[in-house]
Amino acid sequence: MTEPSLSQQEFLAKEKQHRLQVKICRSMVFVLLLAVWELCAQLGIIDSFIFSSPIKIWGCFLKMAEDGTIFFHTGVTLLETLISFFLVVLIGVAAAVALWASRGLSEVLEPYLVMLNSLPKSALAPLLIVWLGNNMKTVIVAAVSVAVFGSILTLHTGFMQTDPDKIRLIRSLGGTKRDILTKVLIPSSIPLIVSNMKVNVGLCLVGVIIGEFLSARAGLGYLIIYASQVFKMDLLVMSIVILCILSTVLYQVIAESEKRFLQKHR
Amino acid sequence: MKSKLEVKDLCYSYHTLEGETQALSNISFNVKEGEFFVIVGPSGCGKSTLLSLLCGLIEPESGTIAIDGVPGKDSHAVMGYMLQRDHLFEWRTIFDNVSLGLEINHRLDEGSRKELDHMLDTYGLLQFRDAKPAQLSGGMRQRAALIRTLALKPDILLLDEPFSALDYQTRLEVCDDISSIIRTQKKTAILITHDLSEAISVADRILVLSSRPGSVKNVIPVPFSDQCIRPLQRRNAPEFTMYFNQIWKELRDHD
Repeated sequence: MTEPSLSQQEFLAKEKQHRLQVKICRSMVFVLLLAVWELCAQLGIIDSFIFSSPIKIWGCFLKMAEDGTIFFHTGVTLLETLISFFLVVLIGVAAAVALWASRGLSEVLEPYLVMLNSLPKSALAPLLIVWLGNNMKTVIVAAVSVAVFGSILTLHTGFMQTDPDKIRLIRSLGGTKRDILTKVLIPSSIPLIVSNMKVNVGLCLVGVIIGEFLSARAGLGYLIIYASQVFKMDLLVMSIVILCILSTVLYQVIAESEKRFLQKHR
Repeated sequence: MKSKLEVKDLCYSYHTLEGETQALSNISFNVKEGEFFVIVGPSGCGKSTLLSLLCGLIEPESGTIAIDGVPGKDSHAVMGYMLQRDHLFEWRTIFDNVSLGLEINHRLDEGSRKELDHMLDTYGLLQFRDAKPAQLSGGMRQRAALIRTLALKPDILLLDEPFSALDYQTRLEVCDDISSIIRTQKKTAILITHDLSEAISVADRILVLSSRPGSVKNVIPVPFSDQCIRPLQRRNAPEFTMYFNQIWKELRDHD
C-alpha cells in the first residue's frame, strides 16, 4: 500500500474530527438532560413525586436488580416480542407467497386484508382476553395482529414487482412456478423481507405492550400499568427507559444482520 | 438441407378488457439446419411475441410450429432463449448462474459440471467462475448468459435483441464474439433485432416484418463471399451497403 496523498490525509482528518464532534455533542445532550432533570427535582422546581428523577430511577433499578424482578419482567417482554416477531415473519412470508401464487386468492382476500390492516388492533385486545384468557397467549396474539397484516400487504406488493423478464428466463429454461419461487422470488426479495423485519420488530413491541397493559401479570407493560395505578413514578419511568433500550437493541440487531448479509451478497 | 423449423400461418392477439390487439398475422417461414436466421421489423411489430411463441411460452391462436417435422407441442426439442438483458442473478456466482438451466432440469452432475467448466474456460470466464456478476463487464456478462443458454444443449437458439442493452463499441465486439461462437458450434439460431446493420452483419437470411399486426414482408438471403464471415469483416464488405439499402427500402415500403 502506498501512502495516501496529502489532500486525502487532510480529508480523512477532517472527517474524523467531524465524527468526534457529533459523538461529543450526542453525549452532551444526554448528560445535560439528566443534569437539568435532576437539578430541577433537587431544587423543587418540579415535583419529583410526579416527575421522578434520574437518581431515584437508578435507585429503583438497583433495588429491583438485586432481587432480579426487573430482569424477569424485561425477559418476559423480550420473550413475547421475539415469539410474536418470528410468528409475524413466518406468517407474513407464507401468506404473501400464497397470495402471489394465486391471483384469485389475492383478489378475493384483498379487501379483508386492507380492512384488517387499517383496523386499530388495540380494539381487538379485549376480545382476545375473553377468547384466550388472561395469559401470555393473548399478549402474543395481540402483538402478531398488530404487525402481520401490514407485513403481508408489503411483502405481497414487493413479490408482485419481481422482474417479469427474470420469470420469463426461468420459464424458458423449463422451470415451474416452484422454481420461480425458490430461484427468483425469495432470493431477490431478501432485502425487502429484512427491511420489513425492521418495521415488524417495532410493531411487535407495540403489540406486546398493548397486550400486557390489558392482560398480564408480568412484563414491562404490566409494570407500567401497575406503577401508574399505585403512583410509583420511579418504577414507571424506569420501565419506559428499559423499553427504550430494548427497542433500540432489537432494531440494531436486525440492522446489523442486514448489513452483514448485504456485504456477503454484494 | 431440410427444415429445422417450420412456421405456418401463425396468428396471435393480445386480449385486454379494453379490446383485442392483433400482434401477428399469418406468419410463415422456414429455418434450415445450422442457419443464422434474422428477423427485423419496426418496434412494436410483435418480434418478441414471435419468439415467445417459438419458445412455447405462449400458445398460438392459430397456425402451427414444427421442429424437425414434429409439431411444437409434441416436440422434445430444446429451445435456448436469450433475453434482451443478461439477467444474471446478482446473488449467485457466475458458475451458479450458468448452471441455472441444468439445476432446474435436475441435470447438474459431475459430468455436466466439468462440461460447464470447460465452456467457461473456452469463453475466457474460468477465472470468474466464483465471482459475482457485478464484477464482470457487459460483454463478459452477455457471454455468461450465452453459456447459461448453451448449457442445456438447445436445438435452436432464440436471441431477443441480446446486444441492445450494451454501449455501441461493446455491442460490436459482443455481436462479433457471440455470433462466432454460435457459428463454430453450428447451432441453428434465430435473432430478432431492429438494427439493420446488425442483422446484415450476422445473418444468412433476413425476414422483414411489417408493423403491427406483424406479417411477413419478404425473406431476403444475404450471401457474402467466404472470406467475410465475421460480422466486423462483413460491415466492410461491398455487398453490405447494397443489402442495407435493399432492406431499408423493404421496411419503408407501403407503411
